Amino acid sequence: MTTKRSFLGVPIPRPKVAFFEFSSCEGCQLQLLNNEATLLDFLSLLDIVSFREAMTERSDDYEIAFVEGSITRSDDVKRLEKIRENAKVLVAFGSCACFGGVNQLKNRFNDLDWVKAEVYGTHPIETQEVTPLAAHVTVDLEIYGCPVNKEEVERVVTNLVLGKAINHPRYPVCMECKANENICLFDLGEPCLGPITRAGCDAWCTKNRMGCWGCRGPADDANVGQLKKIMIDHNFPKERILDRLECFGGFSKYIADF
Amino acid sequence: MKINCDIDVKHLTRVEGHGNIRIRIKNGQVQEARWEVVETPRFFEAILVNKNWENAPILCGRICGICSIGHTLASIRAIENGFGIECSNQTRDLRLLLKHFETLQSHVLHLYFLVAPDFLNTGSVLPLIKSNPDEIQRAARLKLLANDGADLIGGRRLHPTRTVVGGFTMLPEKAKLELLRRRLVSSVADLSQTAELFRTFIIPDFIRETEFVSLQEENSYPFIGGNLLSSDGVRKKEEQYREMTNEYLVERSTSKWSRLSRQTMAVGALARINNNFKNLQPQARKLAETFGLTPVCHNPFMNNIAQLVECLHVVIDSIMLIDRLLDTAWTEPRQKVTPRAGSGIAAVEVPRGILYHAYEFDQTGRILKADCVIPTSQNNGNIHHDIVELAEQCANSGRSDQEIQLLAEMLVRAYDPCISCSVH
Repeated sequence: MTTKRSFLGVPIPRPKVAFFEFSSCEGCQLQLLNNEATLLDFLSLLDIVSFREAMTERSDDYEIAFVEGSITRSDDVKRLEKIRENAKVLVAFGSCACFGGVNQLKNRFNDLDWVKAEVYGTHPIETQEVTPLAAHVTVDLEIYGCPVNKEEVERVVTNLVLGKAINHPRYPVCMECKANENICLFDLGEPCLGPITRAGCDAWCTKNRMGCWGCRGPADDANVGQLKKIMIDHNFPKERILDRLECFGGFSKYIADF
Repeated sequence: MKINCDIDVKHLTRVEGHGNIRIRIKNGQVQEARWEVVETPRFFEAILVNKNWENAPILCGRICGICSIGHTLASIRAIENGFGIECSNQTRDLRLLLKHFETLQSHVLHLYFLVAPDFLNTGSVLPLIKSNPDEIQRAARLKLLANDGADLIGGRRLHPTRTVVGGFTMLPEKAKLELLRRRLVSSVADLSQTAELFRTFIIPDFIRETEFVSLQEENSYPFIGGNLLSSDGVRKKEEQYREMTNEYLVERSTSKWSRLSRQTMAVGALARINNNFKNLQPQARKLAETFGLTPVCHNPFMNNIAQLVECLHVVIDSIMLIDRLLDTAWTEPRQKVTPRAGSGIAAVEVPRGILYHAYEFDQTGRILKADCVIPTSQNNGNIHHDIVELAEQCANSGRSDQEIQLLAEMLVRAYDPCISCSVH
């Protein structure tokens, strides 16, 4: 299916791409099929050889692997290693793949047997502590978000295909929120992780008046101590701050400081 | 006629999540026939324990990317029922409208992207972009309308941002609702052309007597709350959901199964239509009749047609809801929440059937116990026994392995299973 394409005389490769999922809601893969106005153009950039959720054909011959979900079982690790072996570029796709996502909240219980018994009683079901992809294999690129933002995915994938540099914003969501001229959620009495969470979503939640839950993980030099002070100044209990910091797994290294 | 058959589908494609089909027939005798769910569980019910109520809708929406609106609304409603919060009619209408857009989005995705390729002899929707451009443009148009509607009301098409306990964080602009109404009106033509496309498909003739379970309301087609009804005549209240679902564990499945009067039961679009035919919008009822879909239909492949009928129903119902919303003066989007000790249960019809969320709280609103019963987990037993029956019917049919495999795959796909959801 590979056709020779060029832009201003420069050949544009059409890489063979595969999509995979581990423990997740598969919402990030669903996002790939959204943005109907640009969907067909986006798909024409890629030669999709495996995408179980959308196609029957499958192949192990691919250059880029987009991997959604977190790792929760030993057979997941084997499958992930195989994908890593096949792919030139492995992309962690969405917060579950990058940080463990909401799934990693079960790690806060020290007793995994209690977790299993709470849901399955005595029925034997295998599970282990939730880990992001990078705990097991080298990840070349991360696309953040729960869910991923399709406009951002299109931008990142286009740059990847064209061989351009991919730079995530270093600044926090708060900047994008201000640029959108929103009312500050702290003034509306809502807690918000906008001041410390990495931007790139165009303040998706806060412009809908929902405080940020930090699904994209920390911005460069996130000042978590200062955020804690803001939260306390606004009389939010420590528990509400912690709930947000631990929600998607991106801030796990800061939890101990609370 | 003697036949042998050996089918081993590992990770069925064009469904959400990981499931396997195994069929082995030797000398015309079925040796093995089963549906296996091998998806990795995420343990949401444990994750919720000790979390404050405020976390539940945010976390539970993440059980599923396809029906995240339904999960969020079920979670919100369970909390509201637990805290004794009565929502305004405005909130109720907006939530139903939001749900309708989720139903439309999910059904259109299923019909065009997951099901149509089987009938058009391709492995995916991708070749259809070139071979059937009109169909694909139509599918994209319908899906875009549904997604834009969900964005407008819920703030985002998946994992909504505006839906909260007590109402909404903010309301849609009325002018944008009017625009949406116009697009809904013109989508009726797209749906009737979708019906013409599906009329050219030969729906496999397969019958297995099934007990159908759905919500039921007095005078309207049910989506959010109501009584629980089975086609075998069992009636329960929303809070008696455990007596209706009876979850149990089986070998070779990470998903729980359910049963009621028989070995298995089914939920979803076909169950809803079988149990609530008279409350469909008249145009949708007429469409169902042209496909020979009248109660009680026991052919699981007809779930595809039931979804098509529901698309028309939700479009017409959405137009009426928008008219009502535009005709009234709007009040505050959100009411105050005061936690209290107790339990709250909510049943919501999501695209694949009844979804239940139930929580117990302490007096500060901390979750002590959580239970989520997912439509696909209620269907998994039925899917398995359909596969067994299909294998029996094929055992002496002289069909090739390839034909039986396609039929079995199409049978599972007809249920539109949400497997990640079912193991949550």
